[in-house]
Amino acid sequence: MVKANWKLNNAWEVIRHIADPELPFLTLEDLGVVRGITSDSSGLLYIEITPTYIGCPGMTVVQETIQSELKNKGYKSTVTRSFSPPWTTDWITEKGRQKLESAGISPPQPKRIGGTIINERNPITCVRCGSMETEKISEFGASACKALYRCLSCGEPFDHFKCI
Amino acid sequence: MSSQDQALLFEVLLRLADDNFILGHRISEWCGHAPTLEEDLALPNIALDLIGHAQVLYQMASKVDVAKRDEDQLAFLRLEHEYKNVLLVEQENGHFGDTILRLFYFSVFMKLLWKRTKEVTSFDELKFFAEKAYNEMVYHVRYSSEWVRRLGIGTHESNCRMLGSVHNLAPFVGELFLVDSFDREAQEKKILPNIATFLEDWKKEIFEVFNKSNLRLGVVALEKQGGRLGNHTETFGYLLAELQYLQRTFPGAKW
Repeated sequence: MVKANWKLNNAWEVIRHIADPELPFLTLEDLGVVRGITSDSSGLLYIEITPTYIGCPGMTVVQETIQSELKNKGYKSTVTRSFSPPWTTDWITEKGRQKLESAGISPPQPKRIGGTIINERNPITCVRCGSMETEKISEFGASACKALYRCLSCGEPFDHFKCI
Repeated sequence: MSSQDQALLFEVLLRLADDNFILGHRISEWCGHAPTLEEDLALPNIALDLIGHAQVLYQMASKVDVAKRDEDQLAFLRLEHEYKNVLLVEQENGHFGDTILRLFYFSVFMKLLWKRTKEVTSFDELKFFAEKAYNEMVYHVRYSSEWVRRLGIGTHESNCRMLGSVHNLAPFVGELFLVDSFDREAQEKKILPNIATFLEDWKKEIFEVFNKSNLRLGVVALEKQGGRLGNHTETFGYLLAELQYLQRTFPGAKW
């Protein structure tokens, strides 16, 4: 990300700590959804974000939160959405993946080879007991980005963040 | 952009948006009614994806609309004959198997459409969108195909009912692959791929799943049609009555 001057750096400091509305233990930095911060001669900031899923209802909240947090610091901003390049779970930071795991959500398998989604064939491991004996209950869990799994060893159900 | 090109682009985007929007609305009707809690979570999330896709497509369409309508006006304030979705997506949900089978047909179709679109379109905004939408469709196909298989080979009862679903939806499949003068022009102008060319790929994917599911796909022929021209089936009026209720009652209402 280009952060040409102190003002953009300050803006980034504000934005990076904003929590995701659906996974509040993750920040926008952890998710990798902020794609650019620029400003024009009038001082207006342009923030470019990319949605995790096109229809993700959390994105509107994210847009509004960025604007209001920056306003609190005295910055005027415009937040735009861009689809290119498409967001991928590979952009979730290592720290973000650890946070997911400690929240009981199995992190996405880092998988892009030759630009195609690998349908996750490797076993999804249970976040509680580490067993590889798991089964998918539903392709879509509490949100579009997660699937619901069950561990056949410890019997507990858990969310899995799908690779996309 | 010439006014002719603008009208073409508007029509192309509107068709895509309407297909996704109307199916998204239909699937949202399952919220609170699905057979299990897991499916009650899955189906509304799928509806959310489809309505989200439609929203962005309406935004793109709005930019080239000569009547300068915004996305909400396009989604909620048009008359019945102004919607250009295929008849398949507006049909009533039927039972869970009917809904799943229609979703399977549509998801495979959209997956192929977005895949080809991102390869051929010269319209950048649509190309970027198609890349993202394609990735999401992979999961819709996987979800629906797994259910088709489960119901197809489940019990005698579930198999019979799925055979019934295949039979009932058959007249509506052909319209997905209908190519009219708009499609031909969109293809010449490199906005959209040639839809007719991926009928074979579509059938191949459906066959692969059906072969494992004790189901048979008959001949895909153009039977019921009219949606692309704005001629809809009776059920569509009822659908719009519910879908548009809020905006008609409280014009300009916003969340």
